[in-house]
Amino acid sequence: MTEYIIRRLLQSSLVLVAMSVLVFAGVYAIGNPIELLVNPMADDAERARVIANLGLDKPLWEQYLTFFKGALTGDLGKSFVFNVPAVGLILQKLPATIELALCAMVIAILFGIPLGLWAGLKPDSIAGKTIMAGSILGFSLPTFWVGLLLIMLFSVQLGWLPSNGRGDTVNVLGFEVSFLTADGLSHLFMPALNLALFKLSLIIRLTRAGTREALLQDYVKFARAKGLRASRVVGVHVLKNIMIPIVTVIGLEFGSVIAFAIVTESIFAWPGTGKLLIDSITSLDRPVIVAYLMIIVTLFIVINLVVDILYSVLDPRVRLGQGAGQGAH
Amino acid sequence: MTAAVQTPFQRIASDFAASKLALLGFAMLVVVIGIALFAPVVSPQNPYDLTQIDVMDSKLGPGEKSMAGQTYWLGTDDQGRDMLSGIFYGLRISLGVGVLSTILALSLGILFGLTAAWFGGRIDALIMRICDIQLSFPAILIALILLAMLGQGVDKIIIALITVQWAYYARTVRGAALVERGKEYVEAARGLGLSSSRILFRHLLPNVLPPLIVVATVQVAHAIALEATLSFLGLGLPITEPSLGLLISNGFQYLMSGKYWISFYPGLALLLTIVAINLVADQLRDVLNPRLQK
Amino acid sequence: MRPVLEVSGLSTHFFTRAGVVKAVEDVSFALNAGEILGLVGESGSGKSMTGYSIMGLIDPPGKVVAGSIRLKGEELIGYDEARWQKIRGNRIAMIFQDPMMTLNPVLRIDTQMLEAVLAHHDVPREEALRRSREAMVKVGIPSPDERLLAYPHQFSGGMRQRVAIAIALLNKPDVIIADEPTTALDVTIQGQILFEMQKLCRESGTALIWITHDLSVIAGLADKVAVMYAGRIVETGTVDEVLDCSRHPYTRGLMCSVPACNPRGQPLKQIPGMTPSLLSLGAECAFRERCARATAQCDTMPAIGQDAHAVRCHHPLGAPT
Repeated sequence: MTEYIIRRLLQSSLVLVAMSVLVFAGVYAIGNPIELLVNPMADDAERARVIANLGLDKPLWEQYLTFFKGALTGDLGKSFVFNVPAVGLILQKLPATIELALCAMVIAILFGIPLGLWAGLKPDSIAGKTIMAGSILGFSLPTFWVGLLLIMLFSVQLGWLPSNGRGDTVNVLGFEVSFLTADGLSHLFMPALNLALFKLSLIIRLTRAGTREALLQDYVKFARAKGLRASRVVGVHVLKNIMIPIVTVIGLEFGSVIAFAIVTESIFAWPGTGKLLIDSITSLDRPVIVAYLMIIVTLFIVINLVVDILYSVLDPRVRLGQGAGQGAH
Repeated sequence: MTAAVQTPFQRIASDFAASKLALLGFAMLVVVIGIALFAPVVSPQNPYDLTQIDVMDSKLGPGEKSMAGQTYWLGTDDQGRDMLSGIFYGLRISLGVGVLSTILALSLGILFGLTAAWFGGRIDALIMRICDIQLSFPAILIALILLAMLGQGVDKIIIALITVQWAYYARTVRGAALVERGKEYVEAARGLGLSSSRILFRHLLPNVLPPLIVVATVQVAHAIALEATLSFLGLGLPITEPSLGLLISNGFQYLMSGKYWISFYPGLALLLTIVAINLVADQLRDVLNPRLQK
Repeated sequence: MRPVLEVSGLSTHFFTRAGVVKAVEDVSFALNAGEILGLVGESGSGKSMTGYSIMGLIDPPGKVVAGSIRLKGEELIGYDEARWQKIRGNRIAMIFQDPMMTLNPVLRIDTQMLEAVLAHHDVPREEALRRSREAMVKVGIPSPDERLLAYPHQFSGGMRQRVAIAIALLNKPDVIIADEPTTALDVTIQGQILFEMQKLCRESGTALIWITHDLSVIAGLADKVAVMYAGRIVETGTVDEVLDCSRHPYTRGLMCSVPACNPRGQPLKQIPGMTPSLLSLGAECAFRERCARATAQCDTMPAIGQDAHAVRCHHPLGAPT
């Protein structure tokens, strides 16, 4: 187990270094921030001073080395626009994004699993068919357009919910969170729902397919033959089996939720990392873009690792770092 | 029996028509493609001909009449353009970008997938490792970063859409080709001394194509949605090439003042296009899946 | 002595889109305590569906449309799901064919055993655990304490089937229905399990219905045999009667297709033709198309006799025609 985790961590750092080269080369080789950051009226001396100040006069590989050395100590450069460390800027916005993503996941799981179970247990009922039709629609609807519809309905027509910002926040363990105040919740509801919709459809489909598959298995018939109540057959025998693929997907999808938060944050002006990324792209604030990517890539790698470990906890047949069948005794 | 004289195409067509929902999707798709192809003919107005639009007509609601007495069934945007015409022209761009990028990505994916499957070893490992890494990141993130580096433009967004799609095809092609490669007809072709490229493209490719067509159909819908999303974020197409995503983005700022139509109808057109493609693709998957055939 | 289980006129139909499938039709038999009935037939003959019907495990589109199932005189047909749950696993237990599939792969053995006890008895966990251990010892599983904490994948196929049998025995049921439980196992393991099942039933007085397609298994195990064909019982009687003096042409055909019955070097005898589709059964004898003895009389389905050795045939073998 430990050996497996160490090997995975080593692999991951290699991916991280490779990604940093790619991202750095891509972001730094193309586009010209000088045009944006230096006053067009400034004279040559002033320009040279700013360029030198930003380190943009050095060759690309030297810029990368500086960047890499810094990265090792957690310094990914200063934002051209805000003139503060890029990592700090992102970490400051990260709690808002994580809160949004977590809420979206919770909505998707809380509604997706029961709805999927229902649709799987009664696939021919009207409710089952409606749930499936809904999930197909959820797959087809472009996220950003759903966001607009939500604003149109709840903010403009009904006037129930605010359409932008985080609202009042409370400080919990050093993080500002919205979900503990009524105002914050009202701000959080629409973006979280918007972000959840696609994953909700996905979880419904997965759960439904898994349930239908599990119901055909002999172990379900055997469980019923033991005289167990339907609630125990479904709640323990079926659910525990379908949880394995669902947990895997939920884990892997968490990264994509954070990526999709970019869209949702832009629509609802949610002050998280996604909005920061879009702003940085428009203003060519390279260190922030690079820092965002490095942090996201790290996050992805950590998530993948956690999912693999969780997988082995859920499925007794999987033992990390060992061949199958060696797990006896 | 008529089945004996049925060509494969006829069989596929009759199987496809077995689902009413799929037929509806197909009909919708035909209409959408027709509109995209003949946008200049079917549009009441050329929305990009400045002589035809009047700023005095801006932000008219659906069904209102212009100063000149023309009815705008879906209203007008902030420039006074007819939304219906705007949507027709936008559909042309959205569909064009989606289809073109998918075809190019498919070709690239086939090339790399077949290469990996045929040569195996290091080449295979390298190509597949790149695919794995790329596929572990969400498409939108990769596309966003690429566009951040490349800038705006139709060519740029097509490059971005190809980049996020090719790995998918490469992996599918490789998987299918590896299965086919082990089969006897490939051995036979090799035994006859046919060249690698001939075996690859004349013998292997036709056999791995059906599953790819299904994947590609679904991917066109994904590509269209992704392009719309990127354009909505202001990173996709320039304002001179208004796709549906850009139209929606354009109307976003007027949403709060209740002028919903500028965003709503282009979105509806986008949704219908995606649903139509998905319905057709779902049925195609069933029809082309040899395992489901009796 | 009153039989433990009396099944009479049982019919189970499946209402599919293609039509009504008469999976079980007019099946009757009775079983005394400690007695073993071999239910024999080809796949699709309705033998498993008979088992499921007795367990109340027929799901839509299937339905028990007629007949009666009496357990110690208690009529089970017409019971709702809640009352069936009290019967299943408690008074009638079932063992399935493939031991790789019947145990839930993600639950520990103790969970799967304890829930079977606790579903029917309001006893403390320790007591349920004690019974589970006892059942495991009974079916010959060594070091039960350790084995209880294991997962199914850590057992061999034969061991898993023993666990399934232990679960079936847990609540000391009146009847156990075993649906081809040894088909998926090695021949040596098969022999052991057959022997142990026989012993357990004799000792505890549990009646056993052993569903199989394998006549040689029945010969050594069962007291009575019922042969099923196309959803109906075509011949029933004691093992000796049915196997040694088969009267139905189908039973005779089955006996002759067992390789051991054929002289060495001779081609194996087969029953000509195919099993009829249960969808298109008409009024005639279902075996008619494959039967060498068929006459115009076989246009109607023969009734099964009331004798101890009964046969559903107009022209039974070994009788003057």
